[in-house]
Amino acid sequence: MKILVGYKRVVDYNVRIQVKPDGSGVVTEGVKLSANPFDDIALEEALRLREKGVATDVIVATIGPADCQAHLRNGLAMGANRAIHVVTADAIQPLTAARALLKLIEKEQPDIVILGKQAIDDDCNQTGQMLAALWNRPQATFASKVEINGGAARVTREVDAGLETIEVDLPAVITTDLRLNEPRFIKLPDIMKAKSKPLETIDFASLGVESGDHLKTTAYAAPAKRSKGVMVKDVAELVSLLKTKGLV
Amino acid sequence: MSKVLIIAEHLNGKLNSSTARCVTCAKAFNAASIDVLVLADAVDAIAAEAAAIDGVNKVLTIANPANAHALAAVYAPQVVAAAAGYSHVLAPSTTFGKDLAPRIAALLGVAQVSDIAEVLGAHQFKRPIYAGNAIITVEAPATATLVATVRTASFAAAGGGGSAAVEALNVSAELPTHTRFVELQQGKSDRPDLQSASRVVSGGRGVGSAENFAVIYKLADKLGAAVGASRAAVDAGYVPSDLQVGQTGKIIAPELYMAIGISGAIQHLTGIKDAGTIVAINKDSEAPIFEIADIGLVGDLFVLVPELEAALG
Repeated sequence: MKILVGYKRVVDYNVRIQVKPDGSGVVTEGVKLSANPFDDIALEEALRLREKGVATDVIVATIGPADCQAHLRNGLAMGANRAIHVVTADAIQPLTAARALLKLIEKEQPDIVILGKQAIDDDCNQTGQMLAALWNRPQATFASKVEINGGAARVTREVDAGLETIEVDLPAVITTDLRLNEPRFIKLPDIMKAKSKPLETIDFASLGVESGDHLKTTAYAAPAKRSKGVMVKDVAELVSLLKTKGLV
Repeated sequence: MSKVLIIAEHLNGKLNSSTARCVTCAKAFNAASIDVLVLADAVDAIAAEAAAIDGVNKVLTIANPANAHALAAVYAPQVVAAAAGYSHVLAPSTTFGKDLAPRIAALLGVAQVSDIAEVLGAHQFKRPIYAGNAIITVEAPATATLVATVRTASFAAAGGGGSAAVEALNVSAELPTHTRFVELQQGKSDRPDLQSASRVVSGGRGVGSAENFAVIYKLADKLGAAVGASRAAVDAGYVPSDLQVGQTGKIIAPELYMAIGISGAIQHLTGIKDAGTIVAINKDSEAPIFEIADIGLVGDLFVLVPELEAALG
């Protein structure tokens, strides 16, 4: 069984995002870049399925600029068998990403595609669902538990009402939620080993993907700040304030 | 002129208030007509609720045993068939809408605007990115159907009193059988629903254990409040995941939010920044939660919360 993992590089989740003073974007120069945390969870799940003997081949794929190679090497060091780098200097939108990933699916014929449920930069939460639609295959989004039984996957999903379990026939797209697993740390010897693992580069233009970048971002702004409140010294003062505001 | 189709969210035969919030969003860009689409096995009660929302022109229903559970792969082709002639397809930015809307957009071959937080025009919106650390203005082409999810905390629910016509739709769409519902484990609670409650009491890592969460539940019950939690508390297993508030959990806007033993990671603050009044109780006076709290109280929550509960009589 073959698993394809979407592995996006984003601004590290610990970076405090600053909007540029002229509103033309957020400051990305000199900030730390890392794998999207949900994608690390996706890769971890694929590796665990391989370790259980369910899968044999785990491929990490990214769509991004030329310097994403180091990022993919991290995915290989974590344990992926090989990597695919679709090279483009442009920041593409989810529909375009889904169309490009579909091209990789047609080429690689994976049984399972695992993506993060959302990337923590654009917070779109779209690509996995779009890919499943274009592929005309099932989607199991926001997964917190995945079990593979023969030709089907039983996936527990974190939904607003609680935990929903669905069964999907393979091949299928799964998107990960936070509690699916805890990704492993990369060990130094694995970084050395990763250097010799196969990393294929594909020019984005050569995929012949029709652009789905239909949205135009015209302005960036810092969020409205809540004004700083007051500190109270005890419960009595808290209760009297809440009463004044008519909240209790 | 905009013709809007809103996909109704419902569970156990009841309409979710997220649907009425989407109606308010559509009103904000002066839609010429607002229709609601109900997909279910039994549609009547849900359709009647939707028809009563102020501002709704028509409720369309697709009754089918296959629609008993909200499976995106099953719903999407039906929505696409029903969406012909509409300029906008809206769904709430809840797990229901987030699962479904992109599948619809991809089938239509259009981009999707996620998490509309403010309306500037029928094709121009503000939405948060980077966990709400930046707000962008996005423009979608007016020439294509616009598929979008609506950040429900940003829009009040439209009122009742309407009497829209209800119309059964016949759509010809091939429904897949590759996706099957197995079960839904719902938290059993008589407390108000976290997403629509006017008061919420949340606990964090500082609460320390599942047993200790009793102190949170007791205060919530005294206030008639829903209970929420930070990611840390959910990860530690104190409470189930459907109580998580924040960037990847629920985004809420209650009138009163009490954060107890929650330090206030940016991902949590994203989920509550539209709350009316935020109260924070934490033993660490340097906790980031105090930066955005309207009222802060420093001290031991195990002393202060029972005291507060008693003081509320």
